[in-house]
Amino acid sequence: MNILSLDPRINRIQIDADTENPQAILNELENWPTYEVFHQKKRGTQHEHVGIVHAPSPELALAFAKEQFARRGETVNLWVVKSEHVMATEYADADVFATTPEKTFRDPAAYSVKDKIDQWVAKQKNHAG
Amino acid sequence: MQDNTHTALQNLILQIADNELIMGHRNSEWTGIGPIIEEDIAFASIAQDQVGQAWNLFQLLEKEFGMADPDQVAFTRNEKDFKSSHFVEMPIGEYDFSLVRHYFFDTAQLLRFEGLSQSSFDPLAKLARKFHGEIKYHVFHAQTWMKQLAEGNEVSKARMQTAIHEAFAAALGMFESVPDEQLLIDQHIFEGEESLKNKWMQLVGSQLITWGYELPSNVAPVLGGGKGYHTEYLQPLLDEMGEVFRLDPSAEW
Repeated sequence: MNILSLDPRINRIQIDADTENPQAILNELENWPTYEVFHQKKRGTQHEHVGIVHAPSPELALAFAKEQFARRGETVNLWVVKSEHVMATEYADADVFATTPEKTFRDPAAYSVKDKIDQWVAKQKNHAG
Repeated sequence: MQDNTHTALQNLILQIADNELIMGHRNSEWTGIGPIIEEDIAFASIAQDQVGQAWNLFQLLEKEFGMADPDQVAFTRNEKDFKSSHFVEMPIGEYDFSLVRHYFFDTAQLLRFEGLSQSSFDPLAKLARKFHGEIKYHVFHAQTWMKQLAEGNEVSKARMQTAIHEAFAAALGMFESVPDEQLLIDQHIFEGEESLKNKWMQLVGSQLITWGYELPSNVAPVLGGGKGYHTEYLQPLLDEMGEVFRLDPSAEW
């Protein structure tokens, strides 16, 4: 007996309702690899990581990325990179970043550069005058 | 424009619109049951583009030829008034058939609209240029699958090859001339179905061979759709497509 559904598309494909013996089972290696997708909104801006797609080839990953991540709004360019080609840090090593938030002297906001700019501007004006 | 040229052009646009509409509706039947979710979404988007292109063409027919509004034209005409080819009416079959049809159809549309973008009938030329990016993606999607499955394994290649043989005669039926087509050719409105068919044969032929498929030979096109003669598959499709619209044709959507 086939699965009966209110959706005519489901009825049309006549899926066997026998759940003891399902028609298709994926074996472990039949799953497609994942590709990381990077999206660029405007030319010259940075590509941003937006998610992943499953695909059997880089070309199909691009074809899928276009519809998963560029179906709305603006896009000028997409990148896909096979996930396994991404080298990443371990979360266990996150302590290497632990003291970074304390190093405020590395933040641009920590520089008292405004005074120096004002001084320089004033000096230029004096020279011009 | 003379009356008979006007009529020929109207028939041409209606035929293109009907092919897009029926193809789009057929392809949309895969929505929710595609082989994997990424492909499901991509194929559904392509189907949506095709219905959208049909809508644009129906709008053109309303504006330039005084036809009824697009919903009326799409959902209330009788089967014999549809000009879609048998090729687009055929059921979705297995995914191999739907992919081969998608490749044959969108390759034809790419060539058709490339030609029409030079049409002396400006409103149609503008639409053709608008569609170009969408169809370029459709063709990229289709070609990538054709190549992928040729290189997959023996089963995938054999299934695609069978689908190519099954689809080919009906595919040639996409190039069915409208009456008085010569008037359109003479006035540089449209290059003609014969010219398109030759370009399509050349392109599809060389691509199939490059990917390692066999090219069907001595195939006679399946014609008749353009004259209103349809397969048993069109009426049930029209019933399903217009079901909701006919509940209340005056409803605002």
